Amino acid sequence: MVTLTVNGKQIQAPKGSTILEACRLNGIEVPTLCYDPDLRLAGSCRMCLVEVKGRPLFLASCVAPAENGMVVETESTDIVEARRVVLELLAARHDFNCQTCEKNGDCKFQDYCYQYGVKESRFTDGGRHVYPIDDPNPFIERDYNKCVMCTRCVRACEDITNARAINVENRGHKAKIATAFDGDLADSPCVFCGQCVMVCPVGALTSKVSAGKGRAYEVEKVVTTCTYCGTGCTLELNVKDNKVVGVTSNRSEEYSPVNKGALCVKGRFGWDFIHSSDRLTTPLIKENGEFREASWDEALDLVATRLQAIKEDSGPDSMAVFTSARITNEENYLAQKFTRAVLGTNNVDHCARL
Amino acid sequence: MGKEMRIVLRNADKIDPNSIDDYIKAGGYRALEKALGMERKALIEEVKKANLRGRGGAGFNAGMKWSFVPPAEVTYVVCNLDEGEPGTYKDRTIVQKDPHTLLEGMAICGHAINSQKGYIYCRGEYPYVVEHLNRAIDQARRKGVLGNFDIEVRMGGGAYVCGEETALIESIEGHRGEPRFKPPFPGVAGLWAEPTVVNNVETFANLPEILNRGSEWFKAIGAASYPGTKVLTLTGDVVNRVAIEVPTDTTIRQVIYEFGGGIRNGKKFKAVQIGGTSGGFIPESLLDTPIDFDSMRGIGATLGTGAVLVMDETRDIVDIVTRIAKFFEHESCGKCNPCREGTFRNFEIMTKINRGMAAVQDVEKMSLLCKVMQKACLCGLGQAAPGPIVTTLQHFRHEYERKLLA
Ligand SMILES: Cc1cc2nc3c(=O)[nH]c(=O)nc-3n(C[C@H](O)[C@H](O)[C@H](O)COP(=O)(O)O)c2cc1C
Ligand code: SF4
Ligand code: SF4
Ligand code: SF4
Ligand code: SF4
Ligand code: FES
Repeated sequence: MVTLTVNGKQIQAPKGSTILEACRLNGIEVPTLCYDPDLRLAGSCRMCLVEVKGRPLFLASCVAPAENGMVVETESTDIVEARRVVLELLAARHDFNCQTCEKNGDCKFQDYCYQYGVKESRFTDGGRHVYPIDDPNPFIERDYNKCVMCTRCVRACEDITNARAINVENRGHKAKIATAFDGDLADSPCVFCGQCVMVCPVGALTSKVSAGKGRAYEVEKVVTTCTYCGTGCTLELNVKDNKVVGVTSNRSEEYSPVNKGALCVKGRFGWDFIHSSDRLTTPLIKENGEFREASWDEALDLVATRLQAIKEDSGPDSMAVFTSARITNEENYLAQKFTRAVLGTNNVDHCARL
Repeated sequence: MGKEMRIVLRNADKIDPNSIDDYIKAGGYRALEKALGMERKALIEEVKKANLRGRGGAGFNAGMKWSFVPPAEVTYVVCNLDEGEPGTYKDRTIVQKDPHTLLEGMAICGHAINSQKGYIYCRGEYPYVVEHLNRAIDQARRKGVLGNFDIEVRMGGGAYVCGEETALIESIEGHRGEPRFKPPFPGVAGLWAEPTVVNNVETFANLPEILNRGSEWFKAIGAASYPGTKVLTLTGDVVNRVAIEVPTDTTIRQVIYEFGGGIRNGKKFKAVQIGGTSGGFIPESLLDTPIDFDSMRGIGATLGTGAVLVMDETRDIVDIVTRIAKFFEHESCGKCNPCREGTFRNFEIMTKINRGMAAVQDVEKMSLLCKVMQKACLCGLGQAAPGPIVTTLQHFRHEYERKLLA
């Protein structure tokens, strides 16, 4: 353990902790934009700066090791001044339109501007980028006029998905997140998993599928398992007025042991079928070449009778069961159990074997 | 009258830089032999005692830096020949005139930290220096003088920030040239995450003579806290635009008037900027300061790389600082917020002042921005970029005021 003093209070933290980790462990909040515990550290946004006695420079607490005897101030006059300047510098290049922004109410930049009272920037003398918002892909809206250059998306793309579709291009004030040769995501190695959307702290990366359907504070999050494949990722259905309006994910290992928040394009963006008018909501039975709606009992009775008949007429091995990766492992287990124990055949296979 | 003293340039113009035999005849590679016969610990101790402080700008005790390297199977020696600082051409001069003194110095460091591999990161605008170095390395390999230590030259792509040691390492690794946060320092986790010593050309080039003549000899030269000599490169409105090597207790006035021959065309002195683009501007009243690291820091200036840019009475300070601000706006890597946005805003405000379109509030807001950048930026580029603005506001404020709107 190391013991240090933060804002006049003695605190302890495990050896090897950063100052930020030590603070948070002890209930002291420090603002962060680029820090993400699941990604390799950047130490670049400089929001988490703290003052440490005897150090001539401010330290970025997210990357500075906590040391025994350190005397740290997280909200001193100088630190607050520096944070305000950093926020104002970002504000000077930011396209504020919170009123229509998908992230309103769930945006770190908005929160920190509020916390530090940044109404407007002293550094707005022009020079704001006007980037086109025109990536035609159906899933991810990319609006770099709201980007705070935290590079969390770049690191998520590399560290979680390993797609390496995006990186920083150009230097200095011209630096920007881009695919190779600054093209569309579809022409890059992007797999549209949306991990970048998950980690973006502001409204620069948002879901096109959810656009306009509800803000974070308006939806109820229902934890469930993705039904698309046997991986069984945990996700949260965002429900507003009894309708699914989006999917987010929870990165806590406790909630999301299989995927820790990571999803694929199907889980994150492929949920609009739920309220589709084409969707089947009751079983259908075909009679005289025409489908008619039926109840579950009726349909299951029909299947049971027919299977029974086939088994008696032609023997169990005249039947085979083929299951899909779209159902869960447990369901696949039940299907093979049913095939062997009820139908009485070993003719069972699975699409993942193809 | 001040006198030059040549340690790193001891062979300059005396031997054929293309001939390793010439270098050996002049006593070359004897220091390495001596070093190889020493215990690593004793060798590091000797360099530490000499108090040879980094000549690349930060002034850190070289022996101390080496002593932080933990025992490891793979370690690297990296020579910083990025020399991106405008007005600086000392490293090129050293290498062009005596490449083997650098190679020998690197091999000595190699023995001290138990490394078999050295890299020289050469400024992209110096392709002919790369050729020259490769020739020298080839000769040294064939003669077998480097023992089991090998050296490879890598070329930069023209980014100033790649002179910063961790950006340099990223660049050698093939990544975007962006600084890393520290700690971990390169000595612990540097090139490919292995312990790495990064030193400047001039630092390495001092080592052979320190080994030959001993730390006591070296320690007694120049200023006590920053002993030895410093190679300075004179540019601007000075009569002699040359590279000189002088003891570190030489004063700025001696540099300009005795070695530099004074101001060109009989004009009067206005200011001198030392240490490169981020160096502070020094007025007449501070010219009797010795050039050593700590004395310079004491007057709010830097020794930096030892570039000496002299400006005569006709020069427009605000215009010069505006150009400097443009340099930093262009060279910021863009990784951290205060530098990416701050260098841009500084240039914006300086341009406004220079065009006579700014008010005193603009100067105030720039001063605040500078103050924050100096403490908040991730690397030395952003931390030092405000230097020229801050020091000229201090010493030449009237030149700003003349251009402000009423
Ligand atoms: C923006 C920036 C540029 C730098 N450029 C150089 C350079 O061109 N050459 C150099 O030797 N050191 C340069 N440095 C300093 C290096 O980071 C490092 O401190 C130095 O190479 C260490 O060597 P030394 O201890 O021998 O001086 C630069 C530092 C910064 C922040
Ligand atoms: S990204 Fe945040 S601050 Fe920017 S417009 Fe959206 S909600 Fe507002
Ligand atoms: S797009 Fe979002 S995650 Fe990516 S750098 Fe910008 S603000 Fe950060
Ligand atoms: S479809 Fe994608 S998100 Fe859904 S469970 Fe499979 S991998 Fe996970
Ligand atoms: S201070 Fe400037 S050069 Fe250094 S990391 Fe920050 S943006 Fe890059
Ligand atoms: S959160 Fe620490 S630098 Fe960004």
